[in-house]
Order: sequence, then C-alpha cells, then structure tokens
Amino acid sequence: MTNSRFDPRKWVAYILAPLDGPLMLIVLGILGFATVVMVSASPERLGTLGLNIAVAFVVMWIAASLPPQRMMSIALPIYILGVLLLVGVALFGDVSKGARRWLNIGVARIQPSELMKIAMPLMLAWYFQCREGMLRVRDFLVAAGLLLVPVGLIAKQPDLGTAVLVAAAGFYVLFFAGLAWRLILPFAVVGIVGIVTIVAMGDTICQPGVEWPGMREYQKHRVCTLLDPTSDPLGKGFHIIQSTIAIGSGGILGKGWGSGTQTHLDFLPERHTDFIFAVLTEEFGLVGALFLVVMYILLIFRGLFIAAGAPTLFSRLLAGALTLIFFTYAFVNMGMVSGILPVVGVPLPFVSYGGTALVTLCLGVGMLMSIQRHRRRVGT
Amino acid sequence: MSVIRTPEQELARFRGRLAVAGAVALVCFGLLAARFFYLQVLRYDYYSTRAEDNRISLVPIVPNRGLIMDRNGTVLARNYSAYTLEITPSRVADLEATIEGLATLVDIQPKDRKRLKKLMDESKSFESLPIRNRLSDEEVARFIAQRYRFPGVELKARLFRDYPMGSFGSHIIGYIGRINDRDLERIEENEDSANYRGTDHIGKAGLEKSYERELHGLTGFEEVEVDSGGRAVRALRRTPATPGNNLVLTIDLKLQEVVEKAFGNRRGALVAIEPGSGGVLALVSLPTFDPNLFVDGIAPQDWDELNTSPDHPMVNRALNGAYPPGSTFKPFMALAALMSGKRTPGQAISDPGFFDFGGHHFRDDKAGGHGTVDMYKSIVQSCDTYYYRLANDMGIDLIASTMGMFGFGSRTGIDIEGESSGVLPSPEWKKRRFKKPEQQKWFGGETISIGIGQGYNAYTMLQLAHATATVAAGGVMFKPHLVKYIESAKDGSRRMIEPQPVKTIAIKSEHLETIRRGMIGVNREGTGARAFAGAPTRLGRQDRYGSGVLPEGRKIFGKDRRAPARPRALHCLCAGRQAHHRAGRARRKRRLWRPVGRADRPPGAGLLSSRQVAGRCRAGRPGRRRPGGGGRW
Repeated sequence: MTNSRFDPRKWVAYILAPLDGPLMLIVLGILGFATVVMVSASPERLGTLGLNIAVAFVVMWIAASLPPQRMMSIALPIYILGVLLLVGVALFGDVSKGARRWLNIGVARIQPSELMKIAMPLMLAWYFQCREGMLRVRDFLVAAGLLLVPVGLIAKQPDLGTAVLVAAAGFYVLFFAGLAWRLILPFAVVGIVGIVTIVAMGDTICQPGVEWPGMREYQKHRVCTLLDPTSDPLGKGFHIIQSTIAIGSGGILGKGWGSGTQTHLDFLPERHTDFIFAVLTEEFGLVGALFLVVMYILLIFRGLFIAAGAPTLFSRLLAGALTLIFFTYAFVNMGMVSGILPVVGVPLPFVSYGGTALVTLCLGVGMLMSIQRHRRRVGT
Repeated sequence: MSVIRTPEQELARFRGRLAVAGAVALVCFGLLAARFFYLQVLRYDYYSTRAEDNRISLVPIVPNRGLIMDRNGTVLARNYSAYTLEITPSRVADLEATIEGLATLVDIQPKDRKRLKKLMDESKSFESLPIRNRLSDEEVARFIAQRYRFPGVELKARLFRDYPMGSFGSHIIGYIGRINDRDLERIEENEDSANYRGTDHIGKAGLEKSYERELHGLTGFEEVEVDSGGRAVRALRRTPATPGNNLVLTIDLKLQEVVEKAFGNRRGALVAIEPGSGGVLALVSLPTFDPNLFVDGIAPQDWDELNTSPDHPMVNRALNGAYPPGSTFKPFMALAALMSGKRTPGQAISDPGFFDFGGHHFRDDKAGGHGTVDMYKSIVQSCDTYYYRLANDMGIDLIASTMGMFGFGSRTGIDIEGESSGVLPSPEWKKRRFKKPEQQKWFGGETISIGIGQGYNAYTMLQLAHATATVAAGGVMFKPHLVKYIESAKDGSRRMIEPQPVKTIAIKSEHLETIRRGMIGVNREGTGARAFAGAPTRLGRQDRYGSGVLPEGRKIFGKDRRAPARPRALHCLCAGRQAHHRAGRARRKRRLWRPVGRADRPPGAGLLSSRQVAGRCRAGRPGRRRPGGGGRW
C-alpha cells in the first residue's frame, strides 16, 4: 500500500467492496425520495438531514465490513451492556415526557432501548447458533427469558411502542429458529379476536372512568382516539383526522411537490417526523405511496433472499429478523398515519427525520450486507 | 420439537418460514395499499372536499388566565388586552429592512430588537414573535393603513398579564413567560398539548407556576373559514373557552406591604403563618423584582441586572435561604428538654457566664453571667449557658430527632416551588455531608453550639415559622399554604383549600404553657421588650402571646390570640442580613425591625401604618461580616 500513488479507482473499489448493490440502490432510492419530500415538509432541516445520512452511511459501511463471526463475538457483550444500561435507566434515568428513557452518562444522554433493537436479534441469533443441532423446548424458554427481561424493562419506562418493537425483533428470531406453530397460532388468534372485540365494543369501553387492565391512561386514550378520532379533535385525534385528509385528498397523482395544502397550511402535525408519510402521499398521491411501498417490498425481499442464502444459523436468523424489523417499522408507521393502527412513536424507515433511528436502520442494513458478502466464505 | 433434525431439514424449514414471512409482509402491504386505494381513489372526492374545507380551520380560543388576589380581594395579577405587532421570521425576506420600515410607523426601541433577536434564537422560524407590545391606538391605525407593505407581519389582539402591585410579593406570585422547549416537554408529559394550542405563555415561577392548571383554564375553539392565504373569512361554529380559576390567597397584602417597607432596602426574609390552618399571611423575601419585566420576555439588560446584582433579588430567601436560627431555636430546645424529661421548668442552673466543655469556654453574651437561671428566665433573657449545658445533657441524637419532629431540616410542602430542606445537624448528616473520614466524625463540642441555634444548624424561615406555628397550635402541624380558596371564574363557586393537618405532636399542656409563657415574657420583659415597647397590642384574657421575640434584632415575633369564635394568630419570623453577620454589641443588635401590628384584629383593620412601623424600626449599620456565619445575634 505504501508504494502506490493515489489511484481513485482503487479507492472506489475499496469503498464499494463491502456494500451490496441491490440493497444500496433501494436505500438510496428511498433516501432520495425522502429528501425530496423533506424539501417540501421542512426545508430548514436539509443540512442536518445530510449530516445524519453521512453518519449513518459510515456506520453502515463499518457494519458491512465486519464479518458475521465478529458480530457473533460481540453479541453477548452488547446484549449484557444493553440490559445493564436499561437497569441503569430504571434506577437513575432522566425523566422526559413522563417516561424514564434516557440515561445521562456525563458526555451525552443515551437511550438504551434504541440499542436493544439491534442487540436483541443479535443475542438470540447467537444463542441459537450456540445450541445448533441440539435444540430443545428448553432453549426456546431460555430465549423467551432473554427476550422478556429487556422488553419488561422498556415497557416499565414506560415506552410501550419500543417494547413492542423489541419484542417483535426477538420473536422473529424465535420464529425463524423454528418455534412451533401450535405455540404461535393461539396467540395470533387471541390477538385478532381481541382487536375485533375492541373495535366492536369501542363505544362502551372508551367511556371515561373505565380502566383497562395493564394499560396506562394514555395508552387507552390512543386506542380510543383511533376508534373515534373526532372524540379529541384538538389533541391526538387531530393528528389522525388531518393525516387521513392529507392522504385522501392526494388522490392518484397527488397535489404536486410543495403544493400540499394540508402540509403548508399547518394542518399536519409532526410533518417531518412520524407523519412525514402524510406529506408524501398528499403531494405525490397514490403513485408516490405505492412507489414507497414497492421500495419497501424490494428491501424486504432482498433481505429475505440474503437470509435464505446465508451460510450459518446465526446469519440466517439475524438476516431474517433484521428484515422483518424493517417491515414492522414501515407497516406500523404507514398503518398509523393512514388510520388503521394506533398512534405509536415509530418512524418511517429511512424517511422520517431523526438521526438515531436512521443510524440504527443503516446499522441493520450494513449487517445484512456483511452477511450477503460473506455467504461463501464460511461453509456449513 | 425434541426431534433432532438434519441440517438439510433445518434449512428447508427455515426457508419455509422465510416464505411465510414474505407472504405475511405482502399481505400487510397489500392491506395498506388497499387502504390507500380506498382513501385516495374511492373516497378521493370526500377527502379532497375536506381538504378544501380545511380552509375551515380550527382556531383555538385562548382562555383568560385566572386572577390572583390577596385575602382581602386586592388584585395581584390580572389581564388586560392590547395590540401586539408580531413577525414570522420565515415569511419575511429581509428582516432588517422590515423592522426599519416598521420603525417609521411605530416606535421600536433597541430593547425591542434585542428581545426579538433573543426570541428568534429560542424559537422556530415559523413561529410568530412579538416585536412591539401594547401599541397605542394611533400606532395601530398607522400600521393598518400600511400593512400591505409588510407580509409576514401581523397585528394581534392579545391578553397581557399585569402585576399591578409591581414588586410587592413577587416571590409569592411569581410570573409567567413565553413557553419554551422545557415547558413544552412538560405540557406533552401531562398530555395537555391540546389545551395549550394557541397559548404562548405559561407560569414560570411562584404561584403562577404551581397553580398553572387552575389558572390556565380550558382552551375553546372556533371553526373558521379561511381563504387560500390562511386569513379568516367568517366563523362557523364556536366552543367558548373556559376561563381559568381565580386564586384567593391567605396572604394579607397590607401586612406584606408593612413588612416589605419596614425592611427598607435591607435584604432579608419573613414568614407569618396562621397556626390554626397553616395559611401563610405574609411571606417576604427582599429584595424583590418586578414580575412585569418577565411577561413578554425579559430584556437581556434587565436580566443581567437581576442576575448579577449582589443582592440576588431572584432568590426566594424565605424558602430557599437556610440560616442558623440563633436564639429563636431556644424555645424549641426548652420544649425538647421538657418532653424528654431532661429538665423541669423549675430546675435552675447557676450561670457563671460561660460553659466549660473539656477546658474550652463557651461564653455567654453577658459577662459574669445571668445568675440563677430557670427555664422561664433562660428563654426571656436568652441565656446561652443554660442551653450549652442542656445541649450537652441531651446529646445530638435526641436533639436531632426532636427537632426533626417539628419539621426542622425537612421541606414543609408549601404550595410553591423552590423550598430547600435546610440542615438538621446529626452524626448521620455529617457522615453524608463530608467525604473525608476525619471530617465525618461528630465531636461532642459541636453539640454545644447546636443548643443555641448555631453551629451546623441551618433552616429556612418557613421552617422556623412552621415549627413556631405548630407549637402555637398546641402541637398540631398544618401544611403551610398560600392559597385560601380557588374561585371558579365561571360560576363563582369556591373550592376551599382545607387546612391539612400533617400530624399531631403529643405535647403536654403544662409544657406548652411553660414555653408560651417564656415566649411572651421575651416580648414583655425580655430581650424583645424594647422592640415591642408601645406596640398596640392588647393583653386580655383571650390573648396569649406565644412564640418569642428573641434577642438581638433577629426575632421571632409571635402573637397567638385564641378568640373563641375565630382563632387568628400571627407568627412572624424574620432573618435579616445578620444571617451571615455578627451583630455587634447591644445597641446594634436591636436594629432589625419590628413591624408587628395588630394582626389580632380583623384582616387589615388595625394594622400599623407602614410609617408607624418604619418609625419604630431603627435602622442600624450593617454588622461586621463574619465568615462562617457563626457567633450569635
């Protein structure tokens, strides 16, 4: 290396080597679209957005350069660190917005639950890799325990949205590791029946004074607002009413870039973060929405494809779980904005403004890339 | 599941599950696509009309903030409406030029510009920010005629908060200010965002802050039809706002004024509590500040002045300042001695003028001593030797536990923020306070000065008044509060703040009687006699003067009248700047103040005029500064 003069081609090759072409194109496509939308939604944030993207790409590149074995070796330490930080939050955390989510470590405030979104699938995938070939029911119980400890700690903060996401991330690993259908199906059935019941009985159970077991007042409030947004026209219901109008009035082709009345007459709340999808659909219509959905489908199928070709149990499980996390984010956010899911603070992947989420997502993409790149080097 | 599969089977099952996951994802996205199709194609007409109608916008109607009044109905905080000129920086191309242009129409001071700059740094560019408040009618007319020249500049009618009494009682009332990011966080935390739409001010300190919920009221809203530019064309439907509730305080403004004037320009604090209810009659911390400065964002210059002033006017000394209580501590020591059986009232000591502790002499203020001193005399003449010895006999643990019972060293729970808990010295406290092991040990000699309220003792004036009121109420401790009742602005109904007994300390009545007699004696024949000389107080059968004015200018005043029908009493405590200074010898010791009038009359009726009081309050020169705050007053 010392003798060579600067050769741009070599450098480009070096930089591109760990990256996976299709994944990179999909992410760039979504990010490009997101930037276009951001110009309309919140032009003053473009500078920071650029910076966030740059940082996230660096993280992605580093993750893509790490071989899966290395990820395996850090799985346990990261998980333990995450749990310890969560315990730290529970004991000494800063309270913000009614929840104890942040830990002040002197230099910065960190939100350990964010780390857990990646650490959870890493840990479980590592665990199943260790038990490969001698899997027993007991192992699933251990894995469930490993899953429930951090989820419980996060739910206690209380941050139900993140707890559900982390739980989902862990569940995906269990699912891919072969959790029996007879254990999955009853829960799915109970869940669906529960949702149907709530929708059907919305009027009676949303009366003030009715307490829901295990739920806090604000969580009840969110579900009830979903059932009847008009019950709270200035508060949470306002978000849903206005975002639904924004989507519906976009029509097939949209009102045009920068011409969304909902966006620009200040009817849309949080239009650069959780509700950015409403801006997108108002200005780019069904076409824009479907474009984004297709991009997500491509992303997910590329991820599942990588998982299918992954050589070790660890990389298979990790790839599968990470892919489904992307799916969960996208589905929950778009479902919330279009009014079929309750309002939870889940960003739209690669589109919502927010540095931490972008870095976490790009870290996941980087891991997928690494798994894809190292698929042949390690034999089964 | 216990069946062990071959790697091939495992892989096949894994791929099967991938397929299931892919299918689920497709179904879910299909569901979403269907929802979009439904919203954007099938119901397009409906929603696009609604978006058009969203020209019908919901405009919040900001409720009138509740008033704050003293117990006699004197208004301390009110609202008035006036015009304000607001700029939305993001909609203005050239801010400087716009302001220059505006300055030709309305009077814009450099102060206003600076404030706008500061607000711009703190807020987002699409928020509309005030450049000039309280425009005159003429200015309004001039601007309206020319307003086409100034896009992004708007004239708004707004309610302003006004504190008509200026700096009187500003530490109690506090002030409101523009909502900042931290307030926003708190509002979201309380799920109150909807109610604060359109509101841009919030309580920042004092009662304005702690009773924000009551004062703010409920935001109403109006459906307004707006044109494409966002201007309102006509109102369609209206849900009126519910104005905030009024606070009526236990504070007697006249008393408060008397005290504040009597202090003159000295620093200090005073708290007066009604023993039977915990209602605070006066809470003075001097110097004060003018809360009106804060309402529209304080000018940087004023802010610097308040903050850099050596007098620290923003500090609420009555709640936050912890001072050694000095001799005002002695009645409590005496009571503790009676309660623990360490002394009887008649037990006397012979005072040689000092107390010898291991060869070290703790001196009395009177050379040669007070002679034979029993409990009554010890309080009346404030005999140090008596209490040096008592403290030594009781030991620090017994002192700390008894004083802790009277609330020393813990927050009283008064209904405004910023209370400090002070220091109740004990070996445990010392262990916590100091890091080095050699400093952590409690020495017997340290107990001695605790007995006369010195040493590590540090309490707030509120705690001292609170403890005195507890003794005056026969051991029943009430939570101190500043608000008497909350009056609904809608129907005038009143919600009383009930006296909340925190606990009852069991004190034998003969013990109470001894202490009270001592405290009365202080004012009649003891160290407080000169301060009270000629005070228009009536000593009748039903009047009992409790508490005590303790010597040397730093006093507890107390009068405790128990009229059968309406017990009213007054307990004042004050600390002057002597808190950290040693008062000189006898003459200088008297200098603090004595603004106690006839608080045993109906409210406001018989108080001394401030001039009378000021006349009686001999101003003295400031004492020598004494580091460490030791010594006695």
